[in-house]
Amino acid sequence: MTHRRVSRGLRWLPRYVVLAVAATLFVVPFYIVVRGAGMTQAELLSPHFAWLPQDPRYVDNVEALLADSGAPVVRGLINSFVVAGITVAGSLAFASLAGYGLARVPSRWSGPVLYVVVLTLMIPAATSFLPLYVIVSYLGWVNSYQGLIVPALFSAFSVFLFRQFFLEFPREIEEAGIVDGLSHWGVFRHLVVPNSIGIYLSLGTLTFLASWNSFLWPLVVGTSSDMWTIQVVLSTFITAQIINLPSLFTGALVAILPVVVIFFILQRYLVEGFKRSGISGT
Amino acid sequence: MSGSPVGSKSSVRARQASRRRMRVPAFWLFVGPFLAGLMAFTFVPIGWGFVLSFFRARATATPTQFVGLENYLVLLTSSAFQQALLTGVAFTIFIVPLSFAGALGLALMVHRLPVLSGASRSVFFLPAACSYVVGSLIWKMNIFNGLPFGLANSVLATFHIGPFAWVGTVNPPLYWVVLVTVRLWLQLGAFMIIFIAGLQEIPRPLYEAAAVDGARPGWQTFRHVTWPLLRNTSVAVALLLAIGAVQAFDEFYNIFAGLSTGAGQGTAGSFLVRPPMVYLFNVAFTDADLGRGAAGTFIVTAIVVLFVIVPARRLGFGREQRA
Repeated sequence: MTHRRVSRGLRWLPRYVVLAVAATLFVVPFYIVVRGAGMTQAELLSPHFAWLPQDPRYVDNVEALLADSGAPVVRGLINSFVVAGITVAGSLAFASLAGYGLARVPSRWSGPVLYVVVLTLMIPAATSFLPLYVIVSYLGWVNSYQGLIVPALFSAFSVFLFRQFFLEFPREIEEAGIVDGLSHWGVFRHLVVPNSIGIYLSLGTLTFLASWNSFLWPLVVGTSSDMWTIQVVLSTFITAQIINLPSLFTGALVAILPVVVIFFILQRYLVEGFKRSGISGT
Repeated sequence: MSGSPVGSKSSVRARQASRRRMRVPAFWLFVGPFLAGLMAFTFVPIGWGFVLSFFRARATATPTQFVGLENYLVLLTSSAFQQALLTGVAFTIFIVPLSFAGALGLALMVHRLPVLSGASRSVFFLPAACSYVVGSLIWKMNIFNGLPFGLANSVLATFHIGPFAWVGTVNPPLYWVVLVTVRLWLQLGAFMIIFIAGLQEIPRPLYEAAAVDGARPGWQTFRHVTWPLLRNTSVAVALLLAIGAVQAFDEFYNIFAGLSTGAGQGTAGSFLVRPPMVYLFNVAFTDADLGRGAAGTFIVTAIVVLFVIVPARRLGFGREQRA
């Protein structure tokens, strides 16, 4: 018995060795950030590579970062939270309504509308970003929260995944509601939404990450520094002429922290979201 | 259609009729807000952009003078744009097979691992939560900073290799190492998750049947069971990888901003290496030529449709899964 278990364990050994090496490589970049955020400029520029900060200076570095008027990190974090928060709430509302309508409210228009949604999925992001800028600047929304948020509220991807989900939603529950005299809206509001929290969390997490991490659109729309998201602020660090390395890594740490926390709390839903996004293609 | 509730025939018909009267507005109540937004912020812009691409529109979003195909012709004959397209294609050719093989390899190793399966998944998946800006920052400012004490050079120094000025080295083009590894780190985990989902859909009895037929575990089983049954997932992953690679912007912008192309480059914006999106960004926002920029986006779109989406559809992407 133990013999067999040992030999079975040995069969897996090479795989664990390869995985351990790969896992180490994947962790190194995180380690670099955590290490750099606790060092001084002198330590980071030292010709001898030090594995750990001699005298960790996390508090000092965070204070210095927040006090730096040239790099609006606090404003960047606030902007990112506002943009990502409203984008998640708004796009979930629009997309779940549309997904439910397409899946469950019969209409002769559902075919054509679904066709438009699928067609939109095929449009590369590169196609729309410049024309979108033209519209947004025509509306006078450059350098505003509307400009950062509104174009991201209408996600064909989320509509498609909500529709797929609601197609499988048990009809018995809805029929019970209809018998009780609820309208489509009542069924959706009182029976469907409370029983679909999982899909909301999955797509909400995906949307939050995408919004928090997006760069090209905030770079184009946020032309003045008080509208920069945290990603644009970090980017100005990288391209700056004089580089303060401790602030750079502290900034990266501060930008990663919210998503890492969300990642660990909602990982199950995030995995579910990625699975769905792959399966939607097949 | 749902089963009709119990009742006399006429009352059923009456109720169905009243429900049908209610249904038409109900559908638009649900779908209308989204569809209006989609029209306003996707289709109207694209239509406007298409019109704009035939006009001169410098430092303005409204067309000023009709120039026909001039914007397209100037771009297609510009050596800087051709160079950018070539860079985009080369990047796609590097990154798609490497990401595909890496993500599939990780999925095969992690999937059905007896111990630590969840933990190893998390480790590989965690970078998917990071942005390309953060990845570029770590890669450019530390791992591949080109200084003797950067991480890559420190490690290589123990083997008496280097040091290399990674990002700034054109001959041989070592900057590809930087560009490819940062994207691998950021995206392998997410595609690993998609592959694991595909692997979990393969019915286990098929593996048992293959074993009974004498297929050895490992390559033979992979070749004859896993690979053919993973086909739909594979096509989807390859498509998503290629679309992402052709449109790469963030890491090129952040890693190469400020690194000069040297003399002789006509267009503003000094980037050592530019994929199409960075080039178009320069045209539209540094040179403030929205007409030409719009023309460029439609050229890139045509390339994506012709060389990525059409072949993927031929391979069965978007069709119903065959059981």
